[in-house]
Amino acid sequence: MTEPQFARAIDRSHMTVSDEVAIQITNMNKWYGTFHVLRDINLTVNRGERIVIAGPSGSGKSTLIRCINRLEEHQAGQIIVDGTELTSDLKNIDKVRSEVGMVFQHFNLFPHLTILENCTLAPIWVRKVPKREAEETAMHFLEKVKIPEQAHKYPGQLSGGQQQRVAIARSLCMKPRIMLFDEPTSALDPEMIKEVLDTMIELAEEGMTMLCVTHEMGFAQAVANRVIFMDQGQIVEQNEPREFFNNPKSERTKLFLSQILGH
Amino acid sequence: MSETHAQTVAYVRDTMLPEQPPPASQAGVVRWLRENLFSGPLNTVLTLAGVATIYWLVGHYYGWFARSVWNAGSLAECRQIIAATWGEGLSGACWAVIRDRWHQYLFGFYPPALYWRPVLVFVLLFVALAPVLFSAFPRRMLLFSAIYPVLAIWLLWGGSLWPEVMIVLGVVLGYLALRLLEPRLPGFAIFGAIGVALAFWAWGAGPLADALRALVPVSLTPAASDRFGGFLLAITLGVGGIVMSLPLGIMLALGRQSDMFLVKALSVCFIEFIRGVPLITLLFVASLLLNYFLPPGTQFDIILRVMILVTLFAAAYIAEVVRGGLAALPRGQYEAADSLGLDYWKAQRLIILPQALKISIPGIVSTFIGMFKDTTLVVFVGLFDPLKGISDFVRADFAWKGIYWEPYIFVGVIFFLLNFGMSRYSMYLENRLKRDHR
Repeated sequence: MTEPQFARAIDRSHMTVSDEVAIQITNMNKWYGTFHVLRDINLTVNRGERIVIAGPSGSGKSTLIRCINRLEEHQAGQIIVDGTELTSDLKNIDKVRSEVGMVFQHFNLFPHLTILENCTLAPIWVRKVPKREAEETAMHFLEKVKIPEQAHKYPGQLSGGQQQRVAIARSLCMKPRIMLFDEPTSALDPEMIKEVLDTMIELAEEGMTMLCVTHEMGFAQAVANRVIFMDQGQIVEQNEPREFFNNPKSERTKLFLSQILGH
Repeated sequence: MSETHAQTVAYVRDTMLPEQPPPASQAGVVRWLRENLFSGPLNTVLTLAGVATIYWLVGHYYGWFARSVWNAGSLAECRQIIAATWGEGLSGACWAVIRDRWHQYLFGFYPPALYWRPVLVFVLLFVALAPVLFSAFPRRMLLFSAIYPVLAIWLLWGGSLWPEVMIVLGVVLGYLALRLLEPRLPGFAIFGAIGVALAFWAWGAGPLADALRALVPVSLTPAASDRFGGFLLAITLGVGGIVMSLPLGIMLALGRQSDMFLVKALSVCFIEFIRGVPLITLLFVASLLLNYFLPPGTQFDIILRVMILVTLFAAAYIAEVVRGGLAALPRGQYEAADSLGLDYWKAQRLIILPQALKISIPGIVSTFIGMFKDTTLVVFVGLFDPLKGISDFVRADFAWKGIYWEPYIFVGVIFFLLNFGMSRYSMYLENRLKRDHR
């Protein structure tokens, strides 16, 4: 396994994992009707961890991270995010959602609002931040993802990579403590994947707690401190990236790795 | 690239071609004619047939319009003038009936001395609509739009000002209750606010209005509902119905999509029931049945009853149109709104509805146009709509007995202008909101 190719050295000085628990998932199960999608998931994420979740399609990895901000409901077990347990209590759900940022495969920007409005909407309406302050924050994060000049355009005028960076900025504007990424680069042209990954790496360097469903194994090796492999709704193997890629334990993991890295 | 083609494929351009105008047969009028009118045998035949039809129609009816008479006291006089001017046996248009009775087509039997009131209401309607329809107008004008309905009711029906003030006061009290309750009972404050407003209207408004009437008598000459007719009636019902049916229709559409079983079931039942029943049936319900259900002696205005039923009717259709818009939105929009922590109402108001309504604009405006035209059906419950009610009344006059085309054409033209205006506005709005695929 060769080291991944990234343009610059990755600064690990702030990538520290604290003892504080950010997400605690205990014996969590989920069904779609009678189909058992997630089986007995146990996962503890500490603050500052960067976790990459990999696995074949249909293995439940997207469903798992969507349960963390209750876009999907779990039927058994416990999910505690930042000390708040996710139940059907709407107040708790909204509280968790405003603390957890999410980036989707298809960006899901609001097409009827400008880039700036996309970024200021939630801070203004959920956090009750004054408009001017929200705009300043938004411009700060748009600069961070390197597209401040697009602030007054509409999402439809931007490329896929730019849209995904806006989506990341939009989440960051809520000052989340945890970021979830649901296959953020899967819908992008190869040329644009890098600009999104660079943004995510920068975020990791600042010590953000991240859970990322992705097939970008280079990113996993460069940034993750833990790789989780899922199959058939279960966590099959998890390890730190070097061990995971160089010395996979389960047969299923070996097969998966040989398929995605083999050619 | 295969090996065999390697030789032929290698190519480097050494000079760039200058821009050239297209050949004459491929530009301008000639090209347009060929592409649009004579592109093939079938198209050519259709073009010629179309031209022939237009020629025949114009030739047939032009004379009738050309022989128009504007000054006459009766249909018989019209015919005499036509015979004297253009010769015996020719027919002509007798617009004198419109000249004679235009006020009834516009105002029905509204007291002529008070015509200024509906005219003022009509003019103010545009002032009230301007900030709603066009974003270029100052937002502060919306305040006037908000009080306009009450002002219009007062100007149209007259009487004491205080009952109308009570309506506004009820809304204001409800709003204050909402602001007070919101921090304490989030989610339920709206019910408290509605309760406060209803309670005020039920018990507080009557005595307070009476007291104020005794103290400060501000009032206009009353004009009863049976004096309304013609376009005054049609526009009153139409505008009232449009203004009330849009929010109701949106609520029904959201209700139909709700996760709450009872809300969903009620919305579906309401929509399917209303859509399954002809409007005439509902109008009969408004004019006859409602009186049986209400306590004896209740004076419930006929125009108000009809307006409510017309509103419910249009709302059911709007609900389905809006549901189509909601269904067209990708799930990701809901998820993105959820993941940012927006609650249901904020997500609907800021993310979902602006997009869903934009998609639904053509359907909504079609529904409005249909509803506006359907207001002519009120003739069946004894109201004087412009098309049949007033026309029958005019023809009942011996002087205009036997006149058919002119009143219908007149009424048709006015309906067309109003509806065409709505249609153009909807196209303007669609264009202005076209943002996603620029």
